[in-house]
Amino acid sequence: MRFEVFIALRYLKEGKAQTALVLGGTTVGVAVLIFLTALIGGLQRTLVAQTLSAQAHILVKSPERVARTLPATSAVADRVEKVPDRIRSIEQWQQVLDSVRSIPGVVAATPTAAGSAFASRGPATKSVALRGIEPATFSQVIEIVPKMKSGHFALEGTEAIIGTVLASDLGVAVGDKVRLATPEGRGDVFTISGIFDLGNKDVNQRWVFVPLRSAQTLLDVPGGATTLEVKVAEIFEAERLAREIQRRTGLAADSWMEVNQQLLVGLKSQSASSWMIQALVVLAVTLGIASVLGVSVIQKSREIGILKATGTTTRTIQRIFLLEGAIVGAVGSVLGALLGSVMSLAFANLARGPTGAPLFPVDLTLGLFLGAAAVAIFTGTLAAWYPASRAARLDPAEVIRYG
Amino acid sequence: MGETRPEVLRLEGITRDFGEGEARTKVLRGVDFTLRRGEFAALMGPSGSGKSTLLHIMGLLDRPTSGRVLLGGEDTGAMDDDQLTRCRGTTLGFVFQFHHLLPEFSALENVMIPMAAAKGRLDASMPECGRALLDRVGLSARADNRATTLSGGQAQRVAIARSLAMDPSVVLADEPTGNLDTQTADEVFSLLREVNQRQKVTFLVVTHDRRLAERTDRIIELVDGRIVSDQANER
Repeated sequence: MRFEVFIALRYLKEGKAQTALVLGGTTVGVAVLIFLTALIGGLQRTLVAQTLSAQAHILVKSPERVARTLPATSAVADRVEKVPDRIRSIEQWQQVLDSVRSIPGVVAATPTAAGSAFASRGPATKSVALRGIEPATFSQVIEIVPKMKSGHFALEGTEAIIGTVLASDLGVAVGDKVRLATPEGRGDVFTISGIFDLGNKDVNQRWVFVPLRSAQTLLDVPGGATTLEVKVAEIFEAERLAREIQRRTGLAADSWMEVNQQLLVGLKSQSASSWMIQALVVLAVTLGIASVLGVSVIQKSREIGILKATGTTTRTIQRIFLLEGAIVGAVGSVLGALLGSVMSLAFANLARGPTGAPLFPVDLTLGLFLGAAAVAIFTGTLAAWYPASRAARLDPAEVIRYG
Repeated sequence: MGETRPEVLRLEGITRDFGEGEARTKVLRGVDFTLRRGEFAALMGPSGSGKSTLLHIMGLLDRPTSGRVLLGGEDTGAMDDDQLTRCRGTTLGFVFQFHHLLPEFSALENVMIPMAAAKGRLDASMPECGRALLDRVGLSARADNRATTLSGGQAQRVAIARSLAMDPSVVLADEPTGNLDTQTADEVFSLLREVNQRQKVTFLVVTHDRRLAERTDRIIELVDGRIVSDQANER
């Protein structure tokens, strides 16, 4: 065994109360790091997943129409009227779709024809968002199949799939018929083939899926698609890929990050506050270890003098105290990982929704444990730096004489 | 003392000042003497005469303001701190008034510390060497006892064993019996003498006790930082 390891281990073993104090502080610090990171990570992952459960990562649309102004010489205009938007198809959308699908990072893409409509059954009429889709490719973009409450996610001829709230509002079930009509007066009767619950009341109340071809007829965009909905492999790459799509196709592409800016700001603020708390915890642990080891150096001054008198070099003395810090960090990270895991799992188990299901999973990953251990060992060693240098500087003649 | 015996330690014109300006105090004012192999010498003098300071300079724990310390003929003045520490660990042994054993370690581990410090690691041969040294000072039965559980006399014997761990050429003892009762002091002093005679290790013992000093080969007296007497002891 290395000499400095032997001495450092013995000092830690014998300095029972001091060792327990620094180890306790480091353990709690690491546990808080792990708990907060796992909690915030799990919470953010769940929030993003919930937000994206009914939303494509990127929406590709025709660019907004811009009013053409008259030449400045012939008239003076103090206001340019915005052109009222109407439902328009993306030109050559099949080629555009193929082009989008070929971009690295894009997992799936599907065409939709979307517009407003009314759904009515008997005296009940509700305003809805009509979405003409291809079920096979749409379910690759939005995970809807597991969220079907009744019926199935398939559309043939004049079938429609609606949300649970709309089904309740209209009093319909699978197999019943509803009439869908656009404000322009085009309409048809559809049979409910499935009812979904996407976990969002507005979506469950307003979305009505019909076959793409039916929507094209109702919305008067024959053979057209108003939007391409895209799923990407890495959700936080969505913005970059949206810009890439825009560049390649000349169409407007909005990422989920752009659409949900408030959520993103919220996530960033949450991460920032979590980092701040973790930084303060690390600082507190550093100061704790430094002060306890500092006291230990003062208490052991004479022993350090004796070690020097009996041939222990200054560098070895320094290494003894640095090792003490590193060992405290290493042991504290193992104990802290255990405590942090117990805290995280207990919290995840206690925080349950109205149905009794856990609100969100906690993100306990190997990377998190290794990261926390690295921080703890680095912090322990860093905290021991000053006491170790102080110990190394002690003059043996002086401490042997005066203690 | 035969002058033919090789020199182990020589001091040449050693001075040591403490403080600056008007507060400067001259503790040693030019000390010269030589210790030869196998000598058993006593350093005496009143409190404040500079005995401990001189001992620390001889032990390479402190540097002189001027003058040279030659250990085995080698000038230590040019050595850096780490070289001094290594030299101290391998050629010098210390026995202090208060045994200064490390309380966290057993008697055996205390004896092994200089060996491990010199080698940078503990190895399998060290416990055996340590036990042999403890046996030499009559304490092999207490080898595994904590330093804190030993009596003053026993602790000082362990300190003597520790000072011999690296087979030093000189052992410097700073009032090694100053904290012991008369009978134990006699026993410890006899042990030092026995080691000196058996192993031919040079000893310089600082003492206030004239009775004990009379049992050495040579008495050096220091007053106000100067050697006022350096005589072979006729016993």
